Amino acid sequence: MVHQHEHEQAQQQNKLKLYSYWRSSCSFRIRIALNLKGLDYEYIPVNLLKGEQFSPEFQKLNPIGYVPVLVDGDVVVSDSFAIFMYLEEKYPQIPLLPSDLAKKALNIQAANIVSSSIQPLQNLAVLKYIEEKVSPEEKVPWAKFHIEKGFGALEKLLKDHAGKYAIGDEVAMADAFLAPQILAGIQRFNVDMAKFPLLTRLNEAYSELPEFQKAIPENQPDAPSA
Amino acid sequence: MAAKDSPKLGLYSYWQSSCSWRVRFALNLKGISYEYKAVNLLKGEQFTPEFEKLNPLHFVPVLADGDVFISDSYAILMYLEEKYPRRPLLPSLLPSNPQHKALNLQVASIVSSSIQPLHMLSTSKYLGEKVGPQEQLLFAQTNVEKGFHALEKLLKNIVGKYATGDEVYMADVFMAHQIAMATERFKIDMSKFPSLSRIYESLKAIPEFLESSPEEQPDAVK
Repeated sequence: MVHQHEHEQAQQQNKLKLYSYWRSSCSFRIRIALNLKGLDYEYIPVNLLKGEQFSPEFQKLNPIGYVPVLVDGDVVVSDSFAIFMYLEEKYPQIPLLPSDLAKKALNIQAANIVSSSIQPLQNLAVLKYIEEKVSPEEKVPWAKFHIEKGFGALEKLLKDHAGKYAIGDEVAMADAFLAPQILAGIQRFNVDMAKFPLLTRLNEAYSELPEFQKAIPENQPDAPSA
Repeated sequence: MAAKDSPKLGLYSYWQSSCSWRVRFALNLKGISYEYKAVNLLKGEQFTPEFEKLNPLHFVPVLADGDVFISDSYAILMYLEEKYPRRPLLPSLLPSNPQHKALNLQVASIVSSSIQPLHMLSTSKYLGEKVGPQEQLLFAQTNVEKGFHALEKLLKNIVGKYATGDEVYMADVFMAHQIAMATERFKIDMSKFPSLSRIYESLKAIPEFLESSPEEQPDAVK
Protein backbone atom coordinates (compact mmCIF):
# COMPACT_ATOMS: atom_id res chain seq x y z
CA MET A 1 0.00 0.00 0.00
CA VAL A 2 2.91 2.35 0.78
CA HIS A 3 4.39 1.80 -2.68
CA GLN A 4 1.07 2.53 -4.34
CA HIS A 5 0.74 5.77 -2.40
CA GLU A 6 4.25 6.85 -3.38
CA HIS A 7 3.53 5.92 -6.96
CA GLU A 8 0.37 8.02 -6.91
CA GLN A 9 2.28 10.92 -5.36
CA ALA A 10 4.94 10.67 -8.04
CA GLN A 11 2.24 10.63 -10.69
CA GLN A 12 0.64 13.68 -9.14
CA GLN A 13 3.96 15.51 -9.12
CA ASN A 14 4.57 14.59 -12.74
CA LYS A 15 1.13 15.71 -13.77
CA LEU A 16 0.82 18.85 -15.75
CA LYS A 17 -0.51 21.84 -13.86
CA LEU A 18 -2.57 24.54 -15.46
CA TYR A 19 -3.06 27.87 -13.75
CA SER A 20 -6.34 29.09 -15.15
CA TYR A 21 -9.33 31.34 -14.60
CA TRP A 22 -12.69 29.86 -15.55
CA ARG A 23 -13.68 32.77 -17.75
CA SER A 24 -10.32 33.50 -19.35
CA SER A 25 -10.62 32.66 -23.03
CA CYS A 26 -6.83 32.30 -23.26
CA SER A 27 -7.04 29.61 -20.55
CA PHE A 28 -10.01 28.05 -22.37
CA ARG A 29 -7.82 27.59 -25.49
CA ILE A 30 -5.29 25.54 -23.55
CA ARG A 31 -7.92 23.54 -21.69
CA ILE A 32 -9.23 22.48 -25.12
CA ALA A 33 -5.73 21.64 -26.35
CA LEU A 34 -4.94 19.53 -23.28
CA ASN A 35 -8.23 17.66 -23.58
CA LEU A 36 -7.74 17.04 -27.31
CA LYS A 37 -4.26 15.69 -26.67
CA GLY A 38 -5.56 13.44 -23.90
CA LEU A 39 -3.28 15.09 -21.36
CA ASP A 40 -4.31 14.90 -17.74
CA TYR A 41 -3.72 18.05 -15.71
CA GLU A 42 -4.25 19.58 -12.33
CA TYR A 43 -6.45 22.67 -12.47
CA ILE A 44 -5.18 25.48 -10.27
CA PRO A 45 -7.56 28.42 -10.18
CA VAL A 46 -6.32 31.99 -10.18
CA ASN A 47 -9.13 34.40 -9.36
CA LEU A 48 -8.41 37.42 -11.54
CA LEU A 49 -11.24 39.45 -10.04
CA LYS A 50 -9.76 39.00 -6.57
CA GLY A 51 -6.29 39.89 -7.82
CA GLU A 52 -4.79 36.47 -7.12
CA GLN A 53 -2.52 36.93 -10.13
CA PHE A 54 -0.58 39.43 -8.01
CA SER A 55 0.19 37.00 -5.20
CA PRO A 56 3.93 36.43 -4.60
CA GLU A 57 3.61 32.73 -5.52
CA PHE A 58 1.98 33.46 -8.84
CA GLN A 59 4.28 36.35 -9.61
CA LYS A 60 7.20 33.92 -9.26
CA LEU A 61 5.63 31.71 -11.92
CA ASN A 62 4.58 34.54 -14.21
CA PRO A 63 5.77 38.04 -13.31
CA ILE A 64 3.28 39.51 -15.72
CA GLY A 65 0.30 38.12 -13.88
CA TYR A 66 -1.48 36.59 -16.86
CA VAL A 67 -3.20 33.23 -17.13
CA PRO A 68 -2.84 30.60 -18.41
CA VAL A 69 0.43 29.26 -17.09
CA LEU A 70 1.49 25.66 -17.68
CA VAL A 71 3.83 23.90 -15.28
CA ASP A 72 5.45 20.72 -16.58
CA GLY A 73 7.84 19.47 -13.92
CA ASP A 74 10.48 22.21 -13.74
CA VAL A 75 9.33 23.91 -16.89
CA VAL A 76 7.02 26.92 -16.60
CA VAL A 77 5.43 28.25 -19.79
CA SER A 78 3.19 31.30 -20.04
CA ASP A 79 1.09 32.72 -22.89
CA SER A 80 -1.45 30.58 -24.70
CA PHE A 81 0.42 30.63 -28.01
CA ALA A 82 3.74 29.64 -26.41
CA ILE A 83 2.03 26.95 -24.30
CA PHE A 84 0.27 25.57 -27.35
CA MET A 85 3.53 25.27 -29.31
CA TYR A 86 5.27 23.73 -26.29
CA LEU A 87 2.56 21.08 -25.98
CA GLU A 88 2.71 20.36 -29.71
CA GLU A 89 6.42 19.74 -29.52
CA LYS A 90 6.64 17.92 -26.19
CA TYR A 91 3.52 15.78 -26.64
CA PRO A 92 3.28 15.13 -30.37
CA GLN A 93 1.08 12.03 -30.16
CA ILE A 94 -2.17 13.74 -31.06
CA PRO A 95 -1.00 16.60 -33.29
CA LEU A 96 -3.05 19.76 -33.40
CA LEU A 97 -1.22 21.24 -36.35
CA PRO A 98 -1.16 19.68 -39.83
CA SER A 99 2.24 18.80 -41.25
CA ASP A 100 1.50 20.60 -44.52
CA LEU A 101 3.28 23.95 -44.10
CA ALA A 102 0.65 26.05 -45.87
CA LYS A 103 -2.21 24.52 -43.83
CA LYS A 104 -0.14 24.93 -40.69
CA ALA A 105 0.37 28.60 -41.52
CA LEU A 106 -3.39 29.02 -42.02
CA ASN A 107 -4.01 27.61 -38.57
CA ILE A 108 -1.55 30.04 -37.04
CA GLN A 109 -3.03 32.90 -39.01
CA ALA A 110 -6.55 32.09 -37.85
CA ALA A 111 -5.34 31.70 -34.26
CA ASN A 112 -3.61 35.07 -34.47
CA ILE A 113 -6.67 36.82 -35.83
CA VAL A 114 -8.30 35.79 -32.57
CA SER A 115 -5.35 36.40 -30.26
CA SER A 116 -4.11 39.65 -31.79
CA SER A 117 -7.00 41.28 -33.63
CA ILE A 118 -9.95 40.35 -31.46
CA GLN A 119 -9.28 39.23 -27.89
CA PRO A 120 -6.90 42.06 -26.87
CA LEU A 121 -9.46 44.61 -27.93
CA GLN A 122 -12.22 43.17 -25.78
CA ASN A 123 -10.38 41.99 -22.68
CA LEU A 124 -11.14 43.17 -19.15
CA ALA A 125 -8.57 45.96 -19.05
CA VAL A 126 -9.67 47.54 -22.31
CA LEU A 127 -13.35 47.32 -21.45
CA LYS A 128 -12.66 48.95 -18.11
CA TYR A 129 -10.88 51.77 -19.93
CA ILE A 130 -13.79 52.23 -22.36
CA GLU A 131 -16.19 52.25 -19.43
CA GLU A 132 -14.22 55.00 -17.70
CA LYS A 133 -13.21 57.15 -20.65
CA VAL A 134 -16.26 56.82 -22.86
CA SER A 135 -19.22 55.38 -20.97
CA PRO A 136 -20.47 52.09 -19.47
CA GLU A 137 -22.91 51.82 -22.38
CA GLU A 138 -20.07 51.87 -24.89
CA LYS A 139 -18.43 48.67 -23.56
CA VAL A 140 -20.57 46.14 -25.39
CA PRO A 141 -20.77 48.07 -28.70
CA TRP A 142 -16.98 48.51 -28.63
CA ALA A 143 -16.38 44.80 -28.06
CA LYS A 144 -19.05 43.83 -30.57
CA PHE A 145 -17.47 46.04 -33.23
CA HIS A 146 -14.06 44.44 -32.90
CA ILE A 147 -15.34 40.91 -32.59
CA GLU A 148 -17.55 41.28 -35.65
CA LYS A 149 -14.70 42.80 -37.63
CA GLY A 150 -12.49 39.85 -36.71
CA PHE A 151 -15.28 37.35 -37.40
CA GLY A 152 -15.76 38.89 -40.84
CA ALA A 153 -12.07 38.38 -41.51
CA LEU A 154 -12.25 34.76 -40.33
CA GLU A 155 -15.27 34.03 -42.53
CA LYS A 156 -13.29 35.26 -45.52
CA LEU A 157 -10.11 33.46 -44.55
CA LEU A 158 -11.68 30.09 -43.85
CA LYS A 159 -14.26 30.10 -46.64
CA ASP A 160 -12.11 28.08 -49.04
CA HIS A 161 -10.44 25.90 -46.41
CA ALA A 162 -13.06 24.86 -43.88
CA GLY A 163 -14.28 21.29 -43.85
CA LYS A 164 -15.87 19.67 -40.87
CA TYR A 165 -13.73 22.04 -38.80
CA ALA A 166 -11.99 25.34 -39.40
CA ILE A 167 -9.33 24.02 -41.73
CA GLY A 168 -10.14 20.65 -43.21
CA ASP A 169 -11.77 17.80 -41.38
CA GLU A 170 -9.50 17.45 -38.37
CA VAL A 171 -9.70 19.54 -35.22
CA ALA A 172 -6.63 21.75 -35.01
CA MET A 173 -5.13 24.87 -33.48
CA ALA A 174 -7.50 27.22 -35.28
CA ASP A 175 -10.47 25.49 -33.66
CA ALA A 176 -8.93 25.67 -30.18
CA PHE A 177 -8.55 29.45 -30.57
CA LEU A 178 -11.84 30.05 -32.36
CA ALA A 179 -14.17 28.19 -30.02
CA PRO A 180 -13.60 30.39 -26.93
CA GLN A 181 -13.87 33.59 -28.96
CA ILE A 182 -17.12 32.54 -30.63
CA LEU A 183 -18.66 31.66 -27.28
CA ALA A 184 -17.52 34.95 -25.74
CA GLY A 185 -19.01 36.83 -28.67
CA ILE A 186 -22.35 35.08 -28.35
CA GLN A 187 -22.67 34.94 -24.57
CA ARG A 188 -21.22 38.26 -23.51
CA PHE A 189 -21.27 40.69 -26.40
CA ASN A 190 -24.50 40.17 -28.40
CA VAL A 191 -22.64 39.35 -31.60
CA ASP A 192 -25.05 38.84 -34.49
CA MET A 193 -24.02 35.36 -35.59
CA ALA A 194 -26.43 35.39 -38.54
CA LYS A 195 -23.74 37.36 -40.34
CA PHE A 196 -21.23 34.56 -39.82
CA PRO A 197 -22.64 31.29 -41.19
CA LEU A 198 -19.33 29.41 -41.20
CA LEU A 199 -18.48 30.34 -37.62
CA THR A 200 -22.03 29.44 -36.61
CA ARG A 201 -21.62 26.00 -38.15
CA LEU A 202 -18.21 25.57 -36.49
CA ASN A 203 -19.66 26.58 -33.13
CA GLU A 204 -22.27 23.84 -33.49
CA ALA A 205 -19.56 21.33 -34.37
CA TYR A 206 -17.58 22.36 -31.25
CA SER A 207 -20.65 21.95 -29.05
CA GLU A 208 -20.66 18.27 -30.00
CA LEU A 209 -17.07 17.60 -28.99
CA PRO A 210 -16.66 16.44 -25.37
CA GLU A 211 -13.10 17.84 -25.27
CA PHE A 212 -14.47 21.31 -25.98
CA GLN A 213 -17.45 20.98 -23.66
CA LYS A 214 -15.28 19.83 -20.77
CA ALA A 215 -13.22 22.98 -21.27
CA ILE A 216 -16.03 25.57 -21.26
CA PRO A 217 -15.96 28.16 -18.47
CA GLU A 218 -19.11 26.94 -16.73
CA ASN A 219 -17.59 23.46 -16.33
CA GLN A 220 -14.44 24.60 -14.54
CA PRO A 221 -13.86 24.01 -10.82
CA ASP A 222 -13.70 27.75 -10.13
CA ALA A 223 -16.87 28.66 -12.01
CA PRO A 224 -19.48 30.16 -9.66
CA SER A 225 -22.14 27.55 -8.95
CA ALA A 226 -25.39 28.16 -10.79
CA MET B 1 26.68 37.17 -43.37
CA ALA B 2 25.28 33.99 -44.90
CA ALA B 3 25.29 33.70 -48.69
CA LYS B 4 21.95 34.59 -50.18
CA ASP B 5 20.03 32.48 -52.67
CA SER B 6 18.72 34.14 -55.80
CA PRO B 7 15.28 35.57 -54.95
CA LYS B 8 12.46 33.12 -55.25
CA LEU B 9 10.45 34.55 -52.41
CA GLY B 10 8.31 37.63 -52.72
CA LEU B 11 7.25 39.84 -49.86
CA TYR B 12 4.25 42.12 -50.18
CA SER B 13 5.11 44.91 -47.78
CA TYR B 14 4.52 48.53 -46.89
CA TRP B 15 7.55 50.48 -45.69
CA GLN B 16 5.92 51.75 -42.50
CA SER B 17 4.06 48.56 -41.58
CA SER B 18 5.51 47.20 -38.36
CA CYS B 19 4.29 43.69 -39.14
CA SER B 20 6.13 43.85 -42.47
CA TRP B 21 9.22 45.11 -40.63
CA ARG B 22 9.28 41.96 -38.49
CA VAL B 23 9.37 39.73 -41.55
CA ARG B 24 11.96 41.85 -43.38
CA PHE B 25 14.25 41.61 -40.36
CA ALA B 26 13.79 37.84 -40.14
CA LEU B 27 14.43 37.31 -43.85
CA ASN B 28 17.63 39.34 -43.58
CA LEU B 29 18.79 37.38 -40.53
CA LYS B 30 18.20 34.09 -42.33
CA GLY B 31 20.04 35.38 -45.38
CA ILE B 32 17.03 34.82 -47.62
CA SER B 33 16.74 37.04 -50.68
CA TYR B 34 13.31 38.24 -51.62
CA GLU B 35 11.62 40.43 -54.13
CA TYR B 36 10.09 43.48 -52.45
CA LYS B 37 6.55 44.06 -53.67
CA ALA B 38 5.29 47.39 -52.43
CA VAL B 39 1.65 47.74 -51.45
CA ASN B 40 0.76 51.36 -50.87
CA LEU B 41 -1.69 51.24 -47.98
CA LEU B 42 -2.34 54.97 -48.12
CA LYS B 43 -3.45 54.68 -51.72
CA GLY B 44 -5.63 51.66 -50.91
CA GLU B 45 -3.62 49.21 -53.00
CA GLN B 46 -4.50 46.50 -50.50
CA PHE B 47 -8.05 46.61 -51.83
CA THR B 48 -7.23 45.84 -55.46
CA PRO B 49 -8.72 42.57 -56.83
CA GLU B 50 -5.17 41.24 -57.41
CA PHE B 51 -4.15 41.77 -53.79
CA GLU B 52 -7.48 40.51 -52.50
CA LYS B 53 -6.71 37.18 -54.22
CA LEU B 54 -3.47 36.98 -52.22
CA ASN B 55 -4.99 38.05 -48.92
CA PRO B 56 -8.74 38.55 -48.57
CA LEU B 57 -8.08 40.37 -45.33
CA HIS B 58 -6.18 43.14 -47.14
CA PHE B 59 -3.26 43.10 -44.73
CA VAL B 60 0.46 43.18 -45.32
CA PRO B 61 2.81 41.40 -45.07
CA VAL B 62 2.11 38.50 -47.41
CA LEU B 63 4.85 36.05 -48.28
CA ALA B 64 4.83 34.52 -51.75
CA ASP B 65 6.74 31.23 -51.94
CA GLY B 66 6.13 29.71 -55.36
CA ASP B 67 2.38 29.26 -55.54
CA VAL B 68 1.96 29.36 -51.78
CA PHE B 69 0.90 32.62 -50.15
CA ILE B 70 1.22 33.05 -46.40
CA SER B 71 -0.32 35.95 -44.47
CA ASP B 72 0.09 37.20 -40.90
CA SER B 73 3.57 38.02 -39.67
CA TYR B 74 3.59 35.38 -36.92
CA ALA B 75 2.40 32.67 -39.32
CA ILE B 76 4.97 33.79 -41.91
CA LEU B 77 7.78 33.66 -39.35
CA MET B 78 6.82 30.17 -38.16
CA TYR B 79 6.60 29.06 -41.81
CA LEU B 80 10.06 30.46 -42.56
CA GLU B 81 11.46 28.76 -39.44
CA GLU B 82 10.30 25.40 -40.67
CA LYS B 83 10.84 25.74 -44.40
CA TYR B 84 14.23 27.50 -44.16
CA PRO B 85 15.78 26.17 -40.98
CA ARG B 86 19.21 27.70 -41.44
CA ARG B 87 20.04 30.46 -38.97
CA PRO B 88 17.15 29.44 -36.69
CA LEU B 89 15.15 32.14 -34.99
CA LEU B 90 13.88 29.78 -32.33
CA PRO B 91 16.29 27.95 -30.05
CA SER B 92 15.79 24.17 -29.94
CA LEU B 93 13.99 22.54 -27.06
CA LEU B 94 17.09 21.63 -25.06
CA PRO B 95 17.15 19.86 -21.71
CA SER B 96 19.66 22.49 -20.58
CA ASN B 97 17.23 25.29 -21.32
CA PRO B 98 13.75 23.92 -21.83
CA GLN B 99 12.06 27.25 -21.48
CA HIS B 100 14.17 29.23 -23.91
CA LYS B 101 12.03 28.53 -26.96
CA ALA B 102 8.76 29.14 -25.13
CA LEU B 103 10.09 32.41 -23.77
CA ASN B 104 10.79 33.66 -27.26
CA LEU B 105 7.26 32.78 -28.33
CA GLN B 106 5.89 34.47 -25.24
CA VAL B 107 7.75 37.71 -25.96
CA ALA B 108 6.52 37.60 -29.56
CA SER B 109 2.96 37.19 -28.27
CA ILE B 110 3.26 40.03 -25.80
CA VAL B 111 4.29 42.35 -28.62
CA SER B 112 1.85 41.08 -31.24
CA SER B 113 -1.14 40.65 -28.92
CA SER B 114 -0.73 42.93 -25.92
CA ILE B 115 1.03 45.93 -27.39
CA GLN B 116 0.79 46.39 -31.15
CA PRO B 117 -2.99 45.88 -31.57
CA LEU B 118 -3.69 48.59 -29.03
CA HIS B 119 -1.91 51.27 -31.01
CA MET B 120 -2.24 50.05 -34.58
CA LEU B 121 -3.83 52.38 -37.08
CA SER B 122 -7.32 50.91 -37.14
CA THR B 123 -7.60 50.85 -33.34
CA SER B 124 -6.23 54.37 -32.98
CA LYS B 125 -8.60 55.73 -35.57
CA TYR B 126 -11.67 54.12 -34.02
CA LEU B 127 -10.66 55.06 -30.49
CA GLY B 128 -9.73 58.59 -31.53
CA GLU B 129 -13.27 59.11 -32.78
CA LYS B 130 -14.59 58.18 -29.33
CA VAL B 131 -12.13 59.93 -27.03
CA GLY B 132 -10.24 62.45 -29.13
CA PRO B 133 -6.65 62.40 -30.38
CA GLN B 134 -4.92 63.37 -27.12
CA GLU B 135 -6.58 60.71 -25.04
CA GLN B 136 -6.02 58.17 -27.80
CA LEU B 137 -2.29 58.94 -27.82
CA LEU B 138 -2.22 58.56 -24.05
CA PHE B 139 -3.96 55.19 -24.38
CA ALA B 140 -1.32 54.07 -26.88
CA GLN B 141 1.53 55.23 -24.66
CA THR B 142 0.01 53.66 -21.56
CA ASN B 143 -0.32 50.31 -23.26
CA VAL B 144 3.16 50.41 -24.76
CA GLU B 145 4.52 51.13 -21.28
CA LYS B 146 2.40 48.42 -19.71
CA GLY B 147 3.75 45.92 -22.25
CA PHE B 148 7.30 47.16 -21.76
CA HIS B 149 7.02 46.80 -17.98
CA ALA B 150 5.89 43.22 -18.56
CA LEU B 151 8.79 42.51 -20.92
CA GLU B 152 11.26 44.14 -18.56
CA LYS B 153 10.07 41.88 -15.72
CA LEU B 154 10.09 38.81 -17.91
CA LEU B 155 13.54 39.33 -19.40
CA LYS B 156 15.36 40.97 -16.50
CA ASN B 157 17.18 37.81 -15.39
CA ILE B 158 17.62 36.33 -18.84
CA VAL B 159 18.73 39.21 -21.02
CA GLY B 160 22.22 39.05 -22.45
CA LYS B 161 23.40 41.05 -25.39
CA TYR B 162 19.97 40.35 -26.83
CA ALA B 163 16.56 39.57 -25.40
CA THR B 164 17.06 35.98 -24.26
CA GLY B 165 20.84 35.62 -24.36
CA ASP B 166 23.66 36.41 -26.70
CA GLU B 167 22.02 35.37 -29.96
CA VAL B 168 19.30 37.15 -31.90
CA TYR B 169 16.10 35.13 -31.76
CA MET B 170 12.38 35.52 -32.36
CA ALA B 171 11.94 37.72 -29.29
CA ASP B 172 14.36 40.24 -30.78
CA VAL B 173 12.64 40.11 -34.17
CA PHE B 174 9.40 41.23 -32.50
CA MET B 175 10.91 43.65 -30.03
CA ALA B 176 13.21 45.57 -32.35
CA HIS B 177 10.59 47.43 -34.33
CA GLN B 178 8.36 47.84 -31.30
CA ILE B 179 11.07 49.65 -29.36
CA ALA B 180 11.97 51.73 -32.41
CA MET B 181 8.36 52.85 -32.73
CA ALA B 182 8.01 53.43 -29.01
CA THR B 183 10.88 55.86 -29.00
CA GLU B 184 10.18 57.60 -32.29
CA ARG B 185 6.40 57.73 -32.44
CA PHE B 186 5.31 57.52 -28.81
CA LYS B 187 8.27 59.26 -27.14
CA ILE B 188 8.44 56.60 -24.46
CA ASP B 189 11.07 57.27 -21.80
CA MET B 190 13.23 54.18 -22.25
CA SER B 191 15.29 54.90 -19.13
CA LYS B 192 12.46 53.17 -17.28
CA PHE B 193 13.31 49.97 -19.15
CA PRO B 194 17.03 49.29 -18.74
CA SER B 195 16.97 45.73 -20.12
CA LEU B 196 14.94 46.74 -23.16
CA SER B 197 17.22 49.73 -23.75
CA ARG B 198 20.23 47.47 -23.63
CA ILE B 199 18.65 45.03 -26.09
CA TYR B 200 17.78 47.86 -28.43
CA GLU B 201 21.30 49.27 -28.39
CA SER B 202 22.57 45.85 -29.51
CA LEU B 203 19.90 45.46 -32.18
CA LYS B 204 20.50 48.91 -33.62
CA ALA B 205 24.04 47.83 -34.48
CA ILE B 206 22.96 44.86 -36.59
CA PRO B 207 23.04 45.52 -40.34
CA GLU B 208 20.15 43.08 -40.93
CA PHE B 209 17.99 45.19 -38.66
CA LEU B 210 19.03 48.51 -40.15
CA GLU B 211 18.44 47.21 -43.67
CA SER B 212 14.94 46.14 -42.69
CA SER B 213 13.93 49.53 -41.31
CA PRO B 214 11.20 51.54 -43.04
CA GLU B 215 13.48 54.28 -44.37
CA GLU B 216 15.58 51.72 -46.27
CA GLN B 217 12.70 50.21 -48.19
CA PRO B 218 12.14 50.82 -51.90
CA ASP B 219 8.74 52.40 -51.23
CA ALA B 220 9.92 54.71 -48.45
CA VAL B 221 8.82 58.29 -48.87
CA LYS B 222 11.83 60.51 -48.26
